Amino acid sequence: MSRSYDRALTVFSPDGHLFQVEYALEAVRKGTCAVGVRGKDVVVLGVEKKSVLQLQDPRTVRKVVMLDDHVCLAFAGLTADGRVLIDKARVECQSHRLTVEDPVTVEYITRHIAGIQQRYTQSGGVRPFGISTLIVGFDPHDTQPRLYQTEPSGIYSAWKANAIGRSSKTVREFLEKNHKDDLTREESIKLTVKSLLEVVQTGAKNIEISVMESYGKVTNLDLPQIEAIVQEIEHEKEAEAERKRSRLAATAAGQAAMSSRATGTPGE
Amino acid sequence: MECSFALTGKDYVLVAADTTSARSIIKMKVDEDKIKTLSPHLLMAYSGEPGDTVQFAEYIERNIRLYHIRNLYPLRPQSAASWIRRALAESLRSRQSYTVNLLVGGFDTADKTPHLYWIDYLGTMATVPFAAHGYGSYFASSLLDRYHNPDGTLEEGLDALRRAIDETAKRLVVSPGKYTVKVVDKDGVRVIDL
Repeated sequence: MSRSYDRALTVFSPDGHLFQVEYALEAVRKGTCAVGVRGKDVVVLGVEKKSVLQLQDPRTVRKVVMLDDHVCLAFAGLTADGRVLIDKARVECQSHRLTVEDPVTVEYITRHIAGIQQRYTQSGGVRPFGISTLIVGFDPHDTQPRLYQTEPSGIYSAWKANAIGRSSKTVREFLEKNHKDDLTREESIKLTVKSLLEVVQTGAKNIEISVMESYGKVTNLDLPQIEAIVQEIEHEKEAEAERKRSRLAATAAGQAAMSSRATGTPGE
Repeated sequence: MECSFALTGKDYVLVAADTTSARSIIKMKVDEDKIKTLSPHLLMAYSGEPGDTVQFAEYIERNIRLYHIRNLYPLRPQSAASWIRRALAESLRSRQSYTVNLLVGGFDTADKTPHLYWIDYLGTMATVPFAAHGYGSYFASSLLDRYHNPDGTLEEGLDALRRAIDETAKRLVVSPGKYTVKVVDKDGVRVIDL
């Protein structure tokens, strides 16, 4: 009888905090960064990829995964926890098809995943999942792209653009400044890469981009494509810096002229 | 009565199943598709107890799909057939078993070979060059013995299949009227108009 409640790890602290859940969020903050951007009829997932060791097979390290034909997920936090949660979600996707003969909606599978995460904060003998997830996709018979986030506590929410993981605050602030409604495919991809570059110093080789354009149409950009976008962004930044420099020089010259006139002999 | 046929040729497998859905002596429906596409290169024709068939086929379909999503590559025909046979064999030894007969045909994209498996509701599995279930099998087996060519072109395969179907239509009292025919090869699954 007592087994069901006295073994819980997640118990309230006197001031109302659930420390284990907060520690889980800390694990998320240590994980690699993931970004999701919703455009007009496209949704983009970008992740920071840890560089693989020289002898490691990079194909076995995945941070963006398919849950079903039309739903993709990226996570930040403990990879091992992520794997377990992803498998539960995949089973649910197929199980949902089996029972109601329809694919899941993005919100449904998000709610399901968040439900599992919540359960692991309230049952005995378990610890919370140390991951946050970004879930993107298209609902069946719908053209509206979707982007959701879940957290270890079991919270889920819909977003236009969001970031999770390491330095997610910086990236989110960047997105808040630069996101517009109705972005095209190219703009969405560029914004994703640009926001990731805020925290990924090593550039294109540590960025992975997945683009979903419509129901079930997913493409992963390969390295040359990402490199091209990174280069384009760098060129733009350089041009911007150049403009700033020339503008600065112009104002400096103007000021110098003004001051030289001011010190000139009066009455001339 | 329900009939399904299948045969292999050079780099393809043909699978045909009748389209009638009957209850007792009454035809309820004449456009039922009884061949499921389990993965990009795998087909399964099912017949047997109504209800059991669809339930079992959908269960298999979803599990094969789950395997594909989990591993990023689909199960090979040989492995898929073995797993399906086992699912049936386990069902047979449970309180309520599925009475379903299957023809599983697939193209193995790894070694580029066509595979065909005959599976019945007792969990018997046989790897065969051609196969049939139902009353049609009494005519098809001997006809295909004579006319089947394992290295034949798709046209030859379709001719052999037409013979089997025509003979069944001619001699069987309760022969089905229409069939769906699907082929699986290196390009995946296609529906064929006989």
